[in-house]
Amino acid sequence: MSQPGTEYLDADVLVIGGGTGGPMAAIRAKEANPNLRVVLLEKANVKRSGAVSMGMDGLNNAVIPGYATPEQYVKEITIANDGIVHQPALMAYAQGSYDMIRFLDSLDVKFEKDGAGDYAVRKVHHMGTYVLPMPQGHHVKKVLYRQLRRLRIGVINRYMATRLMRAADGRISGAIGVNTRTSEFLVVRAKTVIMATGAAGRLGLPSSGYLFGTYENAANCGDGHAMAYHAGAELANLECYQINPLIKDYNGPACAYVTGPFGGYTANNKGQRFIECDYWSGQMMLEFWRELQSGNGPVFLNMTHLAPETVSEIETILHSNERPSRGRFHEGRGTNYRERMIEMHISEIGFCAGHSASGVWVNEFAETTVPGLYAAGDMASVPHNYMLGAFVNGAIAGARAASFAAEVDLAEVDADFLAAEQARVLAPTLREDGLTPHEIEYKTRRLVNDYLNPPKVTAKMRIAQERFAEIREDLSHMVARDPHELLRALEVQSILDCADMAAAASLYRTESRWGFYHFRVDHPETDNENWQCHTMLWRDQDGAIRHRKRPIAPYVVPVDASEMTAYQRLRIPAAQAAE
Amino acid sequence: MPLANHDTSVPVIVDDAKCIAAKGCRVCVDVCPLDVLAIDVTGSRAYMKYDECWYCMPCEADCPTGAVTVNIPYLLR
Ligand SMILES: Cc1cc2nc3c(=O)[nH]c(=O)nc-3n(C[C@H](O)[C@H](O)[C@H](O)COP(=O)(O)OP(=O)(O)OC[C@H]3O[C@@H](n4cnc5c(N)ncnc54)[C@H](O)[C@@H]3O)c2cc1C
Ligand code: SF4
Ligand code: SF4
Repeated sequence: MSQPGTEYLDADVLVIGGGTGGPMAAIRAKEANPNLRVVLLEKANVKRSGAVSMGMDGLNNAVIPGYATPEQYVKEITIANDGIVHQPALMAYAQGSYDMIRFLDSLDVKFEKDGAGDYAVRKVHHMGTYVLPMPQGHHVKKVLYRQLRRLRIGVINRYMATRLMRAADGRISGAIGVNTRTSEFLVVRAKTVIMATGAAGRLGLPSSGYLFGTYENAANCGDGHAMAYHAGAELANLECYQINPLIKDYNGPACAYVTGPFGGYTANNKGQRFIECDYWSGQMMLEFWRELQSGNGPVFLNMTHLAPETVSEIETILHSNERPSRGRFHEGRGTNYRERMIEMHISEIGFCAGHSASGVWVNEFAETTVPGLYAAGDMASVPHNYMLGAFVNGAIAGARAASFAAEVDLAEVDADFLAAEQARVLAPTLREDGLTPHEIEYKTRRLVNDYLNPPKVTAKMRIAQERFAEIREDLSHMVARDPHELLRALEVQSILDCADMAAAASLYRTESRWGFYHFRVDHPETDNENWQCHTMLWRDQDGAIRHRKRPIAPYVVPVDASEMTAYQRLRIPAAQAAE
Repeated sequence: MPLANHDTSVPVIVDDAKCIAAKGCRVCVDVCPLDVLAIDVTGSRAYMKYDECWYCMPCEADCPTGAVTVNIPYLLR
């Protein structure tokens, strides 16, 4: 490969990641101040990138007047997360939820309504009612894209951001990106940066062994987590993994939110329910895992008792929106929801605030711990965010970044930093042979499964750290023969960073919490005295991982001790289940 | 370390008779989130170059001539 060139660009607000939260952040920043130069940088193509690439089946967490109040929602999510939440951020989301739904509605996103034109909200959670179906949810990306065009937001596709830049005074000053098809560099100087690069979804290896058969869009491999880490930002509660109950092998949602309201449920091999509530939580996953280990496994999604018309209605949603290849998967296996229960399994591990709770720390203003750096969506630390959370928190980030940009000037690019980053990026292209990104990724993720998956064992996680350190040395033999391989070579470095963070964070919290997500066999009890706090992880000046405890901010919605255990009583007693 | 080639079946197939890449179409290549599709050296057809597919289907949904079929990768099937 010949030495790729470098281009420069200036922006007031740079948004990294054009999936869900990123476009909304760009839209809100531009609406707040139309004079701003807002640039949206995307590794793939904004038209079809991210978790909602093909659309979405519904809102999992809508807070709509008449069905739920922000206070109820904040309480429910606090309980589902064993109390480890930054409630002001949950409240900011809950209060913005309904306005965002109406804004999306005004842009022509279609939600299910009843005969009177009211939103048809359904109950899936343990306590409140928050699920709003979108049977025609396949047009979400089109709607966002149209709005980006209307507002003349600068969209730059097929550039992968690799590192954030900081000014001498410590504030954020832009980012470095690499074209995934030419390996050309783009250096964006920016007054503020908003990150919305999604989950770290390529951390564990799916049980199929197919590297890209992940639950998350496989483009979301933790680049944002790694970039924030290298820029010195703090990440929160990373030991609270994302692990989801999915259709075995297909690895897509099964899905509690769609089939649950129609009467479908999770069952054991006897066809019996064993959990009261299919809402995805660590406690639910723990019961799921226990059932898999018992003689009652595997676990299934049961719809065989439903009327054929109901199943057809479910199929129309499940096979036409977010994961439309699901119908093909069932066809290939000859499985039909009407005739047989469908086998389910546990997903690979990842970091994802959308479904769990961990990520780059943000407060209620979407601010990270680095001045001028914001984060939203699956990569930021607001728990159980889902799609609407990515929109609402993206909007909060956009508005805040717009005002921050008005206060500061562009900083000079640090030439040494840029040169060092270009050397790091290009190193694999300078070798003629060596180790391929594919095999390094496979090995890293296989070791994640072997040693980091819960149930977590201290001695195993220590072995993981040793093996990851060996792989880190192997990186100096990695070879990339074209820009596409270089993309994968850069991604595997993010994956390895995330693997190291997952191990370190899990070792730091010496208790068990969040059901299966942080189930430590050698520290089986929940220790509220010492660990009723956030754990923060960051990289120090010497490149070492550091940790500290962060006290939980005073609750804005009080929760009684008696209510706190609601999610720990999900298992249905055997006698009752048999009915 | 010298490198070996490792062959594998690909999940996404393109019907050459329907593909209008020769007229300049690049839609499927443009939209793929994993960037695994490409136009062949003759410039006449799209094909799956890398077996790194999330079976998400924008390539098939957006192709103007219906030339693309997404199959489930063999390891999952
Ligand atoms: C299969 C599936 C089903 C789901 N179903 C539902 C549902 O029914 N209801 C619901 O409410 N939620 C659902 N969710 C969750 C919801 O989709 C996500 O929480 C939300 O879309 C996350 O938005 P985001 O902006 O954080 O990430 P994404 O929308 O995934 O966007 C991240 C973007 O960042 C880009 N990117 C990554 N790295 C870089 C880089 N280095 N440089 C530049 N760009 C980069 C990616 O290409 C991607 O476009 C589902 C998620 C999945 C995966
Ligand atoms: S979108 Fe369809 S017609 Fe266009 S290049 Fe791809 S396969 Fe060919
Ligand atoms: S199914 Fe998705 S990942 Fe696979 S080739 Fe098509 S667009 Fe790309």
